[in-house]
Parts: sequence; structure tokens; C-alpha cells
Amino acid sequence: MNLDEYQLAARAWLEENAADDSPESDPVVRSKEFMAKLYDAGYSGITWPERWGGQGLTQAEERAFSTAARDFTLPIYVFSIGLGMTGPTLVDRGTDEQRERFVRPLLRGEEIWCQLFSEPGAGSDVASLQTRAVRDGDGWVVNGQKVWTSVAHHADWGLLLARTDVEVPKHKGLTMFVVDMRHPGVTVRPLKDMSGRSNFNEIFFDDVPIPDEHRVGEVNDGWSVAVTTLLHERLSISAGVGMGTGRDDPTALAALREVVDTSDPLVRDELVELHIRNRALALFNQRLAQETKAGIFPGARGSAAKLLLAELTLYQADLGTRLVGPDSVVDGHPLSHAISLSPAMSLGGGTNEIMRNIVGDRVLGLPPEPRVDKTVPFKDLKVGTQG
Amino acid sequence: MKLVLSEEQRELRTAVRSFLAAASPLPKVREGYDREVYARLNGELGLSGLIVAEEYGGAGAGFAELAVALEETGAALLPGPFLSTVFATIALTEAADKELLSGIAEGRITATLATGPLDRVINGMEADVLLVPEGDVLTAVELDGPGVTRTPLETLDLTRGQASVRLDGASLRALGPVPGGLGDRLAVALAAEQLGVLRASLEAIVAYAKIRVAFGRYIGSYQGVKHKLADMHCKLEQAESIVRFAAWAADESPGELPQAAALAQAYVGRACFEVARDHLLLHGGIGFTWEHDAHLFYKRAKADEVLLGPPRIHRSRLAELLEL
Repeated sequence: MNLDEYQLAARAWLEENAADDSPESDPVVRSKEFMAKLYDAGYSGITWPERWGGQGLTQAEERAFSTAARDFTLPIYVFSIGLGMTGPTLVDRGTDEQRERFVRPLLRGEEIWCQLFSEPGAGSDVASLQTRAVRDGDGWVVNGQKVWTSVAHHADWGLLLARTDVEVPKHKGLTMFVVDMRHPGVTVRPLKDMSGRSNFNEIFFDDVPIPDEHRVGEVNDGWSVAVTTLLHERLSISAGVGMGTGRDDPTALAALREVVDTSDPLVRDELVELHIRNRALALFNQRLAQETKAGIFPGARGSAAKLLLAELTLYQADLGTRLVGPDSVVDGHPLSHAISLSPAMSLGGGTNEIMRNIVGDRVLGLPPEPRVDKTVPFKDLKVGTQG
Repeated sequence: MKLVLSEEQRELRTAVRSFLAAASPLPKVREGYDREVYARLNGELGLSGLIVAEEYGGAGAGFAELAVALEETGAALLPGPFLSTVFATIALTEAADKELLSGIAEGRITATLATGPLDRVINGMEADVLLVPEGDVLTAVELDGPGVTRTPLETLDLTRGQASVRLDGASLRALGPVPGGLGDRLAVALAAEQLGVLRASLEAIVAYAKIRVAFGRYIGSYQGVKHKLADMHCKLEQAESIVRFAAWAADESPGELPQAAALAQAYVGRACFEVARDHLLLHGGIGFTWEHDAHLFYKRAKADEVLLGPPRIHRSRLAELLEL
């Protein structure tokens, strides 16, 4: 089957199976059922190794499927962290036992995953995290707090980065684990975001045990595992896996032109600017995709795309409300929701400032900032918020 | 849609880039148009005939290749009538004048095109032939012929001259129809040059930020500088994507060309000037001096941005095409 046929077949399958015909049913149940069907049809883990339950195909098939799926909103949100981040990390860095145990159940939609890196005192500087994992016989015991954890309230498993040594510099005393989110020592508290939704959580660990078989990578080598996960995160954001088409986006040109006075030349010029910025980024993303297909790995340039998307999101919601005026901020106007939601893209997955650092350091090769935190033992370092 | 260069296009880029680095480095650019350099550019690389049809002795290449070449001549701020000859060649698409096209392809003839009134014609002093659209008809006049007076203009851009041309009894030779979409194709060609100016400006300031020290640190290590450079890189990525798209549309998708061309001028023209400006500013005081090259890029970027008219025309064209 060539790529076009693959895409056509995928599209036909999606038309048959991705229709949202039971919106009143429990979304988690619906997601699990859909993932199981996706797995049986051979569209789950398209590029993942066959040995662990994937299809063993290439990025080309993955892209063909994404293209076919563009017009559908796949009900796989609760699996987005597992599929986009924790699963690929286990495939890359887990033991064979861990891959055997965890990868297939994820691809079949049987188990939901979350990712536990950020903490109240460790956001952009995630390596300064303070959650401790301490040796306890053959295993480990975890205490601490995590935050911004998407889908944790549904999760069976979490990929946890914890501090295992405070006597060494901060990057060198971290270890990665798989933690059982159903353990009674794990408390999940929903956090209400500024848009009023509760899609992420804060998590408390009180003496939660972890067997050593659930350690991912070597002791104190957790940072390199985390870098793998974060790379997958940025890729999955820019690839927009499972994202909608933007057809319903109230900040898009198609929506705004219907509700504003386009005979006003000032309005027209604002809409032209909106079009220019959209096309510029869309074409950049398409070029990155074509390069990937041609075997040129975008690497840190993906951070430029993520930065541009974040800025565009802020700009569009801001522009939409300014053009529509007072109606846009009352009575549940969609733009009201959009303007509340728009900062998210500039914060999650690395702030705009961090993206600029990455582009500057890794794409342009600029000299790094002098760092005081690379050589000092963690216990002597200032971390978090201090008066 | 093709947004990534082919192997052959990358080879063309390398060849033009290394030729210009050796034959026309910036100190030489300041000396102005050099016929020797053009003779080699056309003889060794065949650049003047790149988009001339094979039957007239050209390479018959498309806009995708042309954009690669123009990006490099732009990055090098190559002085002389290269872009103007490209403009003229584009104008000759339907009025295929054999003598002119084969002369251009062989590098014997340089040309320019009136994109506005004759009192400011780019490279009017250097070009041999001026093409003037008279209504729907393209006409040509020998610039060193009788009845033609040309006076050099003092231009902001030190690397591309303009002349005021006065025709007083000169004979205008009718060549054929002015091709449809001429303005769009000129806009794409110019955007390719602007992409080169943008890229070279960014490369120059990135290189400087890696060696210039202030307060005991390389200036590129300060976020105040680094973040600006990162934003400039984002503009480069988007500008390149738009230029590839517009060149592809010019070659393969005429229906998309008008929007692509207006987008190219509206985005790339602005981005090029902004990056050239910030590259000058980030150099500090030295960037404001005559001896430093920063102002050459800054001035070319500004002259290019307004070459085809005040930039708002590209925006209002977009509004029109989007039926806003």
C-alpha cells in the first residue's frame, strides 16, 4: 500500500469509527473504547516498535494518518500524555520488562498516564525540583508535591521525576520512576485554571512506595530521561496530534469576518495582519513537516514554531476581542473563553522566554548564560520562591 | 506544494554563495558595479540566463531556482543590474524578443524595467536596455541610444543605483504584450532578494554577538540580546517558508500566485527591514558608522521594502483578494 492509499484507508476508517455518536456517555469510557478500536485497526502507535505493540511504520505513515484525521476530533485527550510523552519515553529509555508491561496497555487504551515533573518551586527550572525519593530496602519511598499535571485525575500511572541525591549538583541527583497513581498515598486535587476549567491538578505524595523495577534509567540519571520526554512533548505540541481543525475557532479570520464591520478600512487592515501571521506560521509548519519527511530533523527549530504559535494565540484572541468590542466579554461569548485560554500556550510546554533561550542557544549557537546552579550541591542552592 | 530545496537547488545555492563570497565581498561591494564580476557570474554560473527559455540560450529554470539565486545576490548585496535584468526577463515572458533574451542569456545585455515613472529607474545608469510597459504593450529603448538622457540619482541604497531617464525623440520598440501577473512575479523575485538580505543581516549580528564582550560576558549570552535574536530567527523561518511557497506558486500554481505574491511583499518586506534595523542596533555605536557594513543592509532593506510602491499596497491587495 502506498502512502496515498494508506491515507485514504485511514480516512475511510475514521469516517466509519470516529463519529461522536454518544456525547452523553462518560468521556473516559468513550476514549478507552475508541483507543481499543484504533489499536485493533492498526492506527495506534504507528511509528512505535512492533515488538511492544506498535505498527513499526515510519513518520510518513504517521503524517498521512494525521492528515487524514485533520477533520476529526479524536476522543483521545486522556491518552495524549501517554501517547505524546510518557509512552515514547518508555520505548526509548525503559527496560524490556517495563516496555512489555506498560506500552501495549497504553496503546490499547487500557491504562491512562500522566507526567509528574513540574513543582510549585520548579517550573521553567524543573531540575530544581524538591520531591524526594529515598531508598527503602529494595525499593523507594516518595514524598513531595507536583503541579500542572494534566489528566492526573484519570491516570493509572505517572512518570515521576524525583530527587534522589541532594549532595550533588541539581541535574545530577534526579531519578525517573513509574508511580502507581492509584496508591492511597497519592492525593490528586484539581486546579481550576483562569478559564474556569479543571484540566490539570496538583498532586501530593505521602510515603508512596515504588519498586526498583519501576525506575526508568539509572539512579541519578533522571535528567537525561526527562530531556527525552520534553523533546517528545514539544514534538507532539507542534505536530498537533489529535487537535481539531480550528474550524470552530472564534479567533480565526473565518469567524471574525462574519461578525465585524469589514467596510471599515482599519478593521480590514487588522484582518489582513491576522491573515499574514497565520499564513506565515502555517507555511513554516508545513516546511518543517516537509523537511521531516525528507529526513531533515527539525530539532530545536521546533521551539521556534512553538513560540510563534504561542504568540499567535495571544494575538488572535486579543485582536478578536478588540474588533468585536463590548459583546465579546459578556454572556459567555466564545471570545471571552478564548481570551481567558490564550495565555496557556505561552506557559505550558516551556514558556516563551525558555523557547527564546532554546532558539538562541541551540539554533543560533549563542553563548550560554553564566550559571551559578551547575556546580553547587543541590542542598546549598537557592530554589523556588524565597523572600 | 514544495517548500524544501531539492539537491540540485542546494548545489546551485552553494555555487552562487561561494562565488559571491570570493568575487564580491563587502569591501568590493562598496566599489559598485563591476562588469568583470558579472561576466564571470554569467559565464561560470549562467545566472543571467537562469530563467530564460532554453531556445534562447537560457537554462529554462523556474522561480524556485531563481529565488535561490536572488537570495544569494541579496545576501551579498551584489551591486549592479542583476535584479533589474531579472525584472526585465520576467517582463519578456510573453513578448519573447529573441535578440534581447539571447543577449541576456549570454550576459551581453543588461536590462531594467520601469516599475514606476521614468524619473526613477533602478540601475538606469548601468543597464543597456530599458523596458517600458506602455498600456498593454511592452516597449524597449536602448539606454545609450539617441534621444535618451539619463541622470544618476542620489540613492539611500549605496549598493543599487537609480537614474532619471528622459526620452526626447528616442524610438520605443514595441515588443509584444505585457504578461499577466507581471507585478506578482516581480514581487516574488524581490521577496527572494529580501530573504537574502534578512538572512545575511541576522548572520552578521549572530556572529558579532558571539565575539563581542561587554561587562565580562559575550553580548549574545544576555537575554536582552539573545531573545531579540531568537525573534529575528523566527522571522527568518517564516520569511523563507513564504518565499518558497510564493516561488512554487509562480511555477506551479498560478491561481495561488496573487495571494502568495502579496503575502510575500507584505511579510518578507517588513521582516527584512525589521531584522536589518535590529541587526544594526544590536551592533551598538559601531553600527551607526559609515565604515561598518550594517548600514548597507539597513538601507538596501528599506529601499527594497518601498521598491514596488508603498508597502500598504500589498496589504490592500491582500484585503481585496481575501474579499474582505
